[in-house]
Amino acid sequence: MLAWTIYITFIGVLVLMLLPRDNARAARIVALLTAIAGCVVAFVGAIQQTNPGEVTTIVKADWIPAIGANYYLAADGISLVLVVLTGLAAVSGILFSWNIEKRTKEFFAFYLALIGGVYGVFLSFDLLLLFVFYELTIIPKYFLIARWGSTRKEYGAMKLALYSFVGSHLVLIGLIAAWVVAKGQLGHASLDLIELSKVHFTAGFQHWVFPLVFAGFAILAGMWPFHTWAPTGHVAAPTAGSMLLAGVVMKLGAYGCLRVAMVMFPEGVREWQWAIAALAVAGIVYGAGVALVQRDFKFVIGYSSVSHMGFVLLGLATLNTIGLDGAVLQMFSHGIIAGLLFGVVGRMVYDRTHTRDFNDLEKMNVGKLLPFAGITFVIAGIASMGLPGFSGFVAEFQVLMGAWTVFPKLTILSGVGILIGVAYTLRAVQKGFYSDTPPDAAHHDHPLEPISIPERFGAVMLIAASLVIGFFPSLLMNWIEPCFKSPLFERLLKGGAL
Amino acid sequence: MNYLPVLQLAAPETIVTLTVLVVLGADLTVLRGKSLAARFNVGALLSVLGCASAACLAFHRHVDANLFNGILVVNPAVDFIKVAILALTVFTILISTGGKFTDHVGEYLAIILLATIGLMFLVSAEDLLMIFIALELASLSLYILTAFNKHNAQSAEAALKYFLFGGMSAAFLLFGFSLLYGLSGSTNLGEIAKAIAGKGLDPLLLVAIVTTVIGFGFKVAAVPFHLWAPDAYEGAPTPSAAFIGAGSKVASFYIVAKIFTLGFAGAEGSAVWHGYVAGWTPTIAIIAALSMVLGNLTAIVQSSVKRLLAYSAIAHAGYMLLGVLGNNPPSASALMFYVITYAVTVIGAFGVVTVVEETTGGDAIANFNGLSRRAPGLALCLMIFLLSLGGIPPLAGFIGKFFLFSAVVTVGGNLGLLWLVILAIAMSAVSFYYYLRVLKAAYVEDAATDAPAIKVPALTLLALALLAALVILLGCAPGLLTRYL
Repeated sequence: MLAWTIYITFIGVLVLMLLPRDNARAARIVALLTAIAGCVVAFVGAIQQTNPGEVTTIVKADWIPAIGANYYLAADGISLVLVVLTGLAAVSGILFSWNIEKRTKEFFAFYLALIGGVYGVFLSFDLLLLFVFYELTIIPKYFLIARWGSTRKEYGAMKLALYSFVGSHLVLIGLIAAWVVAKGQLGHASLDLIELSKVHFTAGFQHWVFPLVFAGFAILAGMWPFHTWAPTGHVAAPTAGSMLLAGVVMKLGAYGCLRVAMVMFPEGVREWQWAIAALAVAGIVYGAGVALVQRDFKFVIGYSSVSHMGFVLLGLATLNTIGLDGAVLQMFSHGIIAGLLFGVVGRMVYDRTHTRDFNDLEKMNVGKLLPFAGITFVIAGIASMGLPGFSGFVAEFQVLMGAWTVFPKLTILSGVGILIGVAYTLRAVQKGFYSDTPPDAAHHDHPLEPISIPERFGAVMLIAASLVIGFFPSLLMNWIEPCFKSPLFERLLKGGAL
Repeated sequence: MNYLPVLQLAAPETIVTLTVLVVLGADLTVLRGKSLAARFNVGALLSVLGCASAACLAFHRHVDANLFNGILVVNPAVDFIKVAILALTVFTILISTGGKFTDHVGEYLAIILLATIGLMFLVSAEDLLMIFIALELASLSLYILTAFNKHNAQSAEAALKYFLFGGMSAAFLLFGFSLLYGLSGSTNLGEIAKAIAGKGLDPLLLVAIVTTVIGFGFKVAAVPFHLWAPDAYEGAPTPSAAFIGAGSKVASFYIVAKIFTLGFAGAEGSAVWHGYVAGWTPTIAIIAALSMVLGNLTAIVQSSVKRLLAYSAIAHAGYMLLGVLGNNPPSASALMFYVITYAVTVIGAFGVVTVVEETTGGDAIANFNGLSRRAPGLALCLMIFLLSLGGIPPLAGFIGKFFLFSAVVTVGGNLGLLWLVILAIAMSAVSFYYYLRVLKAAYVEDAATDAPAIKVPALTLLALALLAALVILLGCAPGLLTRYL
């Protein structure tokens, strides 16, 4: 069932390619219907999965027997959470890009191709297949930004593409090395993730392969100091592009860290645990600090993403159940909230005012002109600060609880990051929407176009998702928790030994 | 002496030879005075028929024979390589049909076919003399193909450069071969290996190894013997460049692997990290590393797409040399998978360049601006080919790299060649940048408002669509090809 999320999305791409080139309306509708269908399949498929703690096979067929690659799609609770997130992000991204008039059909074709690849990564349990889908997402990202983006789009697009490509090549080196060693131990070639997780790689091998693979994935998760693609990429991207980048693409990286690097090399993680945690906290504090002094509204959100993804990495580094639970929940939560923030800034504000500079926005008093945008941003800001009642709170709280037991000092440091987070969010709310300066007379001559229906739908959907998880985290925790009790993660949690 | 068995064993080559005569004759008689397009189309049809029947014959006979001690070796594996070469020739001919660079259609097609015959004999040979003769037949044809655009002085210059470099390399090869003969008293690869085995590396053998490596280094355009390649690719008519980059690469690498693994068995040495032993593998490892680094880095700054593809070819030659120095059956079959899929892709890329060049008058990256709007099908094909060259899954280029690198990395046990594989992977991350530059022109930039419309000739479009489909198919289901290798 869940495999259809991938197929439907790629069928949508094909349909879009066959549409006449100037029919923007048809392209939008096809894209929206495809995304909704994918989202519905994701939800239904996820609910149908009775035992989220176990890896449930969806499809398994021979693909390239010579190297032991299978067409192996499966899902456990972690995959379910992220597949549902992808579905939500896909639909809301399309709602927020309803106003794309320039080469609409190509925009949505690239958009859906990216979504299809993301679904594929979250559902692959064969390493080669996972890698294929992972790289498949790079190309549409590049074109989405380079063609439909704004500020320094070609630079941002190329930077993102090269960072992603370098990351995936680090992964490829590790993958080939691990494949060779595993072949020696198993006696046959295998790329099956579950089978590989049972192979015992020597400590010396894990010592150098783990950081390679982990860093390769973590580049895409925005790990400091490899995060620099993220702010420029987010800023350059069109609204839907930033929503997807922050919403799901960064999660691809974090997911790869957890699913591949950590599960395959549990001893390597132990060895590098401190380094990961330190880099994660550096990212939390640095991202927040830089966000505090930005003049460009989108850069604030871009750096806040780096900061929030730091919590995911910190959660991963704890290597205890509660921290890992928090990390996965934070992936979901940040995906929703960052998507919403980028939607407000990119679509509701920038597309109408044509500026993201706080100095200009301060003069406009956008909160009065676009009350809906103002309120949405305040709600999203509250969620982003991690106030109780929203998903961010549950997630970051668990990460910090998990981290406290392992690295108390670093945890206190990351608390500083949270405080700065409050500061930059309030600053953005104040400067971006509710400044004291009286609105310029000039802007009253050209009233801003009111917030459209699709935008309202998208915003309400994302806020609702964050609230529901904030109040009933168990909805997702029931999927996540059992995973970390499964045999797949046993070695990781027990310190590498069998 | 009965020559009938020779003719029987060389039946595919004979068919292609007859096709040459038919094509030449038809162009001289029936097609005289017809339009250029008609002559190209009919000539191409005849050549394709000839190649197809030769390929069918080679594919369906299951013969195992070795004539005159290695002069003509026929077995299913060799036959399959011949089929691949014939298929690549067919595609090259199809993409040349829209060409306006020459009036000598019959001769052009005939010389492509003659080069093909040379390549077919080359892969069948296990004897130094036969290898040399076949290689020269193919090379001389390639020089002429490069010079075929008489309206363009660059074409003549490129051909002269190619010819002089090629002549030099032939001299090096002959010198190396003569030393080998002197060492072993035989021109047969197997017997040479037997004669030099166990004697250690005597200085004569070292010279022979080095000159042979130099000779073939020129042929496959590996650094530092690559200087002819960018000029030849740029100056040659584009279909000729495609042929140099595709069909001849397959045969060259097949024979390079054969000479070194078969003829120099016992003198391989070791290129393993911290485990260096003198021999031919370290020599090739150095050349491979240089080619990968220099090819990829120089390609970044090119503004002509044909030059860019030339430097990318140099880089790819570096990857392929990894397969040669793997020196075991898995690397050999991974090498052939890589070379064949590379050839398929590169013909496609040159096919797109041909069309763009014919309609816009140049092959600069800027000439590709707005291709996705002016010719969406063509742009999609270009994207598939370039992404495959860059190694993006699920296209053939990626799976080829995976096969090749994972086969090579196991050589010598304990991940000894990992350093070369890491270098190769790092360099292929670099290569992504320049392929993306071309794609950016096609998909992101807008065409100039006065840009002429792009019309794709039907046969070329057919060939490109087939090639693109093949690139995707071989990427998703590599088993279709690997079972023959």
